[in-house]
Amino acid sequence: MSEFEQLYREVILDHYKTPRNHGLLDPNDAVAEGQNPLCGDEVTVSIRFGEGDVIEGVGFEGRGCAISQAATSMLTDLVKGRTAQDVALMPKEELLDEIGIPLSPVRLKCALLGLGVLKVALHRSKGTPLPEEWGPSSGYISVE
Amino acid sequence: MAVLTPTSIDTAALRADFPFLEELVNGKPLAYLDSASSTQKPRQVLDRVRAFYEHEYANVHRGVYRLAERATEGYEGARRTVATFVNAPSERDVIFTRSATESINLVAYAWGLQNLGPGDTVVITELEHHANFVPWQFIASRTGASFRHIPIDDAGELQLDALAGLARENSIKVVAAGLVSNSLGTINPVERLAAWAHEQGAIMVVDAAQAAPHRTIDVQALGCDFLALSSHKLCGPSGIGALWGRRELLEEMAPFNLGGEMIRSVGLDRTTFNELPHKFEAGTPAIAEAVGFGAAIDYISEIGLPAIERHEHELTVYAMARLEELAWVRVFGPPVERRAGIVSFDVEGVHPHDVAQILDWDGIAVRAGHHCTQPLMKRLGVAATTRASFYLYSIAEEVDRLVDGLHKVKKSLG
Repeated sequence: MSEFEQLYREVILDHYKTPRNHGLLDPNDAVAEGQNPLCGDEVTVSIRFGEGDVIEGVGFEGRGCAISQAATSMLTDLVKGRTAQDVALMPKEELLDEIGIPLSPVRLKCALLGLGVLKVALHRSKGTPLPEEWGPSSGYISVE
Repeated sequence: MAVLTPTSIDTAALRADFPFLEELVNGKPLAYLDSASSTQKPRQVLDRVRAFYEHEYANVHRGVYRLAERATEGYEGARRTVATFVNAPSERDVIFTRSATESINLVAYAWGLQNLGPGDTVVITELEHHANFVPWQFIASRTGASFRHIPIDDAGELQLDALAGLARENSIKVVAAGLVSNSLGTINPVERLAAWAHEQGAIMVVDAAQAAPHRTIDVQALGCDFLALSSHKLCGPSGIGALWGRRELLEEMAPFNLGGEMIRSVGLDRTTFNELPHKFEAGTPAIAEAVGFGAAIDYISEIGLPAIERHEHELTVYAMARLEELAWVRVFGPPVERRAGIVSFDVEGVHPHDVAQILDWDGIAVRAGHHCTQPLMKRLGVAATTRASFYLYSIAEEVDRLVDGLHKVKKSLG
């Protein structure tokens, strides 16, 4: 497998070129936005809840590198139908396993941007815990 | 396709001075196209630093033993070299700092806090590096001064038409501008800005970090009041930079950092400060780095700044022509006549991070990001660009490898 195929494997390119759950939900119950100042990736995530804090709908918009946008697209598929509390405690490894490619520390930040923003939206609407690494002072995700 | 442009300097001979060119990245020879970010170091500089540590090292300005005298001579000799390099009237007005960034912070804090207040205005440019932007924005807000910018046009050149309006509406006290834009390579008309600043009764602060490695700098001809330099961008060590300032202004300014070395006498009730330049150099300085900085200036001066500038210009002409062949690449910035050896571009449909990643696999090092110029990126309507930049050791073959790599990028992701 070439380096290209390792990093930009087919599923990544597919999510990048055809993002799932693209577009912000209106109306919605929570929105959050974040940037990765290192390379200028941007992601906004909106959520709608159903009964019992279940994430019924999730939609995102953003611009940035293939990794950041594909990872956010994959994330939206991963969290639909789960409760806010469950997703707030979701370890980053779960998403990284799904992405399934080796990532350098810099690219890791691209890959985890969407998850951080999603957790901020959950925190705002449901008061779920916010892992420190994704807090407003995390240094790489600046949350507005 | 290896097209060799005629060059003004013997790059083949020069490249032998740089051990890093022997590095393989991913099994491929390195094409280092990120010199605007930082430059690689020739043996002459590395050897000088090593020899200094092995034979001349001690703390400076204190010991009476011979070794301390030798170290002080090395350090102060480097100061004279920097002074000559920028045609400063006296080496006493050259202050060693940690970086060009710290040089500008020194002026913003020491001059700005003392002289700025409500009703005053600081003017910067829209394409300014954060290093000459954020300190002024911060000090303006601390002192109640206003913060305005000179806008740029679509080609990334300063709109000088805006100067009259800025002057009419504001009481301008500081004009701060870079000589060369690190993002676009734009060469700014700093002499003209300095003359305009002085008409307003303002001081002119010049960030020469991106210009000094590539073109002759003359603080007297520029007519500026402060000029910031960096060592690591001109083949010298990192961790050292310099500030040149006009004597009268430096004399009036309070110190920036305080501690040892910058004092004349210390008592429980009061402390008096040392004379220039030591007043601004608290603590043990970066001694060997200063010596390396001097050695780097000697190295590039021997090759000759005009020859380096010509070489980079020829390479930039070539790079822009080759990128023009690619309909899906958009190059930002001014025409090549008013541009230093920097080419920032966008590959249609591919994020710069992905561009840089794919190029890296072929051993091609370019920068992807906002280049510490977020207001400029906003003006260009992009989040980031990919940037290739050249130095005296860069060759046309590396440009060809870049273009080949971009074809690969386009094929896989575009």
